[in-house]
Amino acid sequence: MRVTVTVNGQPHTREVEPRLLLVHFLRDELGLTGTHWGCDTSNCGVCTVRLDGVPVKSCTVLAVMADGHEVTTVEGLERDGELDAVQKGFVECHGLQCGFCTPGMLLTARWLLDRDPDPDEATIREAISGQLCRCTGYENIVRSIKWAAAAEQEARS
Amino acid sequence: MSFGRMHRKEDARFIRGRGTYTDDVRLPGMLYGAILRSPHAHARIVSVDTGAAEAHPKVRAVITGRTLEGLGLAWMPTLSRDTQAVLATDKARFQGQEVAFVVAEDPYSARDALELIDVEYDPLDAVVDARRALDPDAPVIRDDLEGRTGNHIFDWEAGDRARTDALFERAEVTVAQDMIYPRVHPAPLETCGALADFDKVTGKLTVWCPTQAPHAHRTLYAMVAGLPEHKIRVISPDIGGGFGGKVGIYPGYVCAIVGSIVTGRPVKWMEDRSENLMSTAFARDYHMRGEIAATRDGRIQAIRVKVLADHGAFNGTAQPTKFPAGFFHVFSGSYDVEAAHCEVTGVYTNKAPGGVAYACSFRVTEAVYLVERMVDVLAAELGLDPAELRMRNLLRPEQFPYVSPTGWEYDSGDYPKALRLALDLVGYDKLRAEQADRRARGELMGIGISFFTEAVGAGPRKHMDILGLGMADGAELRVHPTGKAVLRVSCQSQGQGHETTFAQIVGQELGIPADDVEVVHGDTDQTPFGLGTYGSRSTPVSGAATALVARKVRDRARIVAAAMLEASPDDLEWAGGRWSVVGDPSAGKSLAEIALAAHSDLELPEGIEGHLDAATVYNPPNLTYPFGAYACVVDVDPGTGQVKVRRFVAVDDCGVRINPMIVEGQIHGGLADGVGMALMQVMAFDEDGNHLGASFMDYLLPTAMECPSWELGETVTPSPTHPIGAKGVGESATVGSPAAVVNAVVDALGPYGVRHADMPLTPANVWRAVQGRPFRTDLAIP
Repeated sequence: MRVTVTVNGQPHTREVEPRLLLVHFLRDELGLTGTHWGCDTSNCGVCTVRLDGVPVKSCTVLAVMADGHEVTTVEGLERDGELDAVQKGFVECHGLQCGFCTPGMLLTARWLLDRDPDPDEATIREAISGQLCRCTGYENIVRSIKWAAAAEQEARS
Repeated sequence: MSFGRMHRKEDARFIRGRGTYTDDVRLPGMLYGAILRSPHAHARIVSVDTGAAEAHPKVRAVITGRTLEGLGLAWMPTLSRDTQAVLATDKARFQGQEVAFVVAEDPYSARDALELIDVEYDPLDAVVDARRALDPDAPVIRDDLEGRTGNHIFDWEAGDRARTDALFERAEVTVAQDMIYPRVHPAPLETCGALADFDKVTGKLTVWCPTQAPHAHRTLYAMVAGLPEHKIRVISPDIGGGFGGKVGIYPGYVCAIVGSIVTGRPVKWMEDRSENLMSTAFARDYHMRGEIAATRDGRIQAIRVKVLADHGAFNGTAQPTKFPAGFFHVFSGSYDVEAAHCEVTGVYTNKAPGGVAYACSFRVTEAVYLVERMVDVLAAELGLDPAELRMRNLLRPEQFPYVSPTGWEYDSGDYPKALRLALDLVGYDKLRAEQADRRARGELMGIGISFFTEAVGAGPRKHMDILGLGMADGAELRVHPTGKAVLRVSCQSQGQGHETTFAQIVGQELGIPADDVEVVHGDTDQTPFGLGTYGSRSTPVSGAATALVARKVRDRARIVAAAMLEASPDDLEWAGGRWSVVGDPSAGKSLAEIALAAHSDLELPEGIEGHLDAATVYNPPNLTYPFGAYACVVDVDPGTGQVKVRRFVAVDDCGVRINPMIVEGQIHGGLADGVGMALMQVMAFDEDGNHLGASFMDYLLPTAMECPSWELGETVTPSPTHPIGAKGVGESATVGSPAAVVNAVVDALGPYGVRHADMPLTPANVWRAVQGRPFRTDLAIP
């Protein structure tokens, strides 16, 4: 089937098998390997991308379902050479170790701050509760997202 | 100088999605592999028909055990000198065992073709419960081994049996407790896999795979496949978590190599999550009986342990040859005990091989859990506060270096200080008062303490090896003419931040910014030999090698500086990152100035080579012994048995901290592991050997909701044997925390008279413990 998916603002048209998963479309067809694959069952969330702004697990979305839609991946977070606040926050607060869950965590963090610029700790934990991290014990991910929220608030004021 | 908090160098690529993990590597003409696995835990293979799969238009090769037999590759050595089937020829011995390998043009077609392979199995009774493995009528799993008539692998003991037994006979009080450390899996978020590229023209084999021990892999490939070692290059790119599960060589790696040799094209194989959980290195599976002999006033005199160790279908534990139970015999822990003795019996069962994985420090995890649970059992027996009982028995600072009753020489420590700090941070006395109040209201609140001593940083190589390869690691350091440096090390990070930490060590030793040091690792063509990253050994071993190689360079720089300053090297002192004439700091040379001179036309003394570089191999004189005191507070819902970890305080002493930010991150992760193992994670099996935890829907891992906000404290007792006093920390929290959580839950259940309950303490398990009807969490057998 022929699909056109806009990824990080750029439309891509490809001929794909109907069963092709979005995660494989992004990785294998477009070479965007920042989106990882981890479990097949929507539990780990390392494949999280934003589909029309909403975080989805791209291992359980077919590429054909994304036809005509907009996808944001980790590669789309940096704008004009400027890192997103959540990217800066993860560096500042040591919010990553092996880096495998990081792209998905960053995208969910961005989604959260788009909806709620000043989330409390419980809100942050709930927002990332559909994603696993095996390295950080989540502590520094939570701190990273708080840091990003504070940085953006300061930039606005 | 360079030690201290510093942002990680590796983050720049990871936050942009620009890490390169094995599955991100793609080569022109690359094919894809997939593995057909046995649905049976134990079955004779009658026939394998690959005709239909081979006829699939996108399939390029189908490899079976018979194919490999023709190449002499059907079996491979395990890290414990056993053998393991690469692809099964005679029998399947665990559910998920590798039976056939398909190579196709794309990964989806490779999976499709698996469905076309017709295997006829003759199912056999499975050995699932380790306690039944030695029954006379138990099915013999390893009938491939000559003369094997049962499932016994080894008996091993440590300590002084006679002295221990004598103390038990005379003891005022003894306690005993059976406990299981259930089978768990490290479940790194990146699964295992390999990309093999055999170049027929040059004879060079390049293998990309997420290995924690690239050099050991290369040597083993040379031994297994008979390929010359200099024609093998193992590249371990970015690794998405390892935790010990990526030490061994898995059958899929060998299949990918054979696939590339057969097809003449690169072959990539990546396992899926179910394959990862069913077939790669499990951890623990220790069935233990602990006993303590003590005086009535709470003086621990002796500890005795019997263990039945479930090693699965092939004995594949990655541990030193002399120690079939790893370092389990460090089980006397942090206490001043007169005598100790343990016996460990290893058995085969119809489960996946593995055994030393998951941040276990060669089974120190099991040892610490055992002794820390036992101390609480003793406290309950004596009616003593568990923190007070520990305080009475902890080793005292003046006892170090301390030789334990099972022969370990602990390097340094101040244990009471660490425990006092943990109790202060958690507010222990206030919590006990709160607990009394809540109990009066019928609420279940528990406070759990654990104290651990780790033994990490293996070798020395005369005692410790993997398949005869001694545990010593190399480092090479080159300073470029402009004073920037490149360090090459044998270990490989799986997220620990070596590129930052090791650059900081070089920076500290040479007086240059850590940013000026590039760290190269994970590529056998680019780095010196060494055994890699596991058992918390990177900083204790490779970190020591790094410090020492930097000191060698500094010594050479002194001679060059002396020539530059027309002084004697003996008249120079190292201060502020410069070699300068004693008493005249203005006459000095920085490392950058010296480096340029070392590459210039400057005349150097006779016998001194130019340039500025050095190499070393570090053979540790002893292990290092990090330690810590943990306190956990839980609330248990009396209606549902649900456990909520309210607080967790961790005081760690890992000696000198090179980058405290990274150290704390390591601890955070290990604490989450402890909560996960204590409350959620278990790989259970039914009576036919069916794996009941083969996906993340069944094998539950902690999320941000189950983890509290960790509260850390620290003490610093440098290691006297390590050049910078560091001890290693990667596994400390995973080792120390499960006992604190379980002790807290058991403490909460005190009003019900519960003295022990096995992990994981799921709501069902807690509820059953309260009912006095605990069950085997690792088996779904009535």
